[in-house]
Amino acid sequence: MAMTVHCDIVSAEKQLFSGLVEMVVAAGVEGDLGVLPGHAPLLTRLKPGPVRVKLQNGEEEVFYVSGGFLEVQPKLVTVLADTAERAQDMDGAQAEQARQRAKEALEGKNSEMDYTRAAAVLAEASARLRTIEQIKKMAKR
Amino acid sequence: MASGKEIKGKISSVQSTKKITRAMEMVAASKMRKAQDRMAASKPYATRIRQVVAHLANADLEYRHTYLQEREVKSVGYIVVTSDRGLCGGLNVNLLKKVVQGAREWQEQGAKVSYCLVGSKGISFFKSMGGDVQATVNGLGDTPHLEDLVGSIKVMLEAYESGEIDRLYIMYNEFVNTMTQQAKQIQLLPLEPGDDEELKRHWDYIYEPAPKELLDELLVRFIESQVYQGVVENNACEQAARMVAMKAASDNAGDIIRDLQLVYNKARQAAITQEISEIVGGAAAV
Repeated sequence: MAMTVHCDIVSAEKQLFSGLVEMVVAAGVEGDLGVLPGHAPLLTRLKPGPVRVKLQNGEEEVFYVSGGFLEVQPKLVTVLADTAERAQDMDGAQAEQARQRAKEALEGKNSEMDYTRAAAVLAEASARLRTIEQIKKMAKR
Repeated sequence: MASGKEIKGKISSVQSTKKITRAMEMVAASKMRKAQDRMAASKPYATRIRQVVAHLANADLEYRHTYLQEREVKSVGYIVVTSDRGLCGGLNVNLLKKVVQGAREWQEQGAKVSYCLVGSKGISFFKSMGGDVQATVNGLGDTPHLEDLVGSIKVMLEAYESGEIDRLYIMYNEFVNTMTQQAKQIQLLPLEPGDDEELKRHWDYIYEPAPKELLDELLVRFIESQVYQGVVENNACEQAARMVAMKAASDNAGDIIRDLQLVYNKARQAAITQEISEIVGGAAAV
């Protein structure tokens, strides 16, 4: 049997996942990273994007987080998300719409305030779409 | 002896009081369920972040954050969470008693005490008692939002960073079950290391990005989540305590009504007996 590590994914509203996993893949601010059991202690901020966990039976589950923290201990991985949802529950069409709106707002560039906000919305919408694409890829396999 | 009419008036007044307390009991019961759900929903995050911070306090960090440094205690800060409304039994009184007791102990050791108050009951208490109040927030309602708390938390954190306070506690009511609420004190700053033996060796995290900005953000987030959890839990306690208090009030009103009814019946019978004996006496005289 493969080595496993305990993983908890919590958001401010609820606990999304808790259990043994073989690998956790998350989007850190300085790039995506994969965590295997026995990883050295690590602390990083997460940017909006998917968190993928590989379960013991070879199945994978994908969650979407809108930012937060990742703590790694050799025997424990904790994802403290600002807001999180199961990727299966996400609506692709809605995310696409949000991205379109944000892009239009960016091209309009009315004021500085609008620009930063639109950029944030765009980043989040893109991250959501990336999560959904990952799910679709998994489904095909 | 009170006349029949007076007693009748008294009974109906107690009856309308009972109606009110009964209604309040039922409102509190439904609000309590919602407050409990809210409390349960945010609990996993609060416990996990506490765990992470406990690991952090055990580590041999290359960057010693001020929140992790134990200082000589010259002044203490309390964040006191109370309810906005009364009629909830001894909930606030018990908590404030404990705060005053804790504050006195620190004052005996020569430390100054300052407060950050959440909830109207605490504010009015310290208005009459006096004390160094740094920040207040009230009117959070039944669904407290973190945004409303952030300002006053910041005041206390800044006071800690500038060295005005050397230790920060939070006091709120812990929800044990519907019947039992307990005043609870937690030390927020400096952070207390967890008692995990395995972590008490020399180690440090790999940080992404640099430790300073990462820890700044994480630790502030931690304090905010602990205070929020305290407020949400206190809210559940308030509703539970109110439900119990109002149930007791309704029961007492029921007892009073029964007693008064008895007195009324006796008075009525006495009046009838008197009338009959008067008639009989009158008839005999004729």
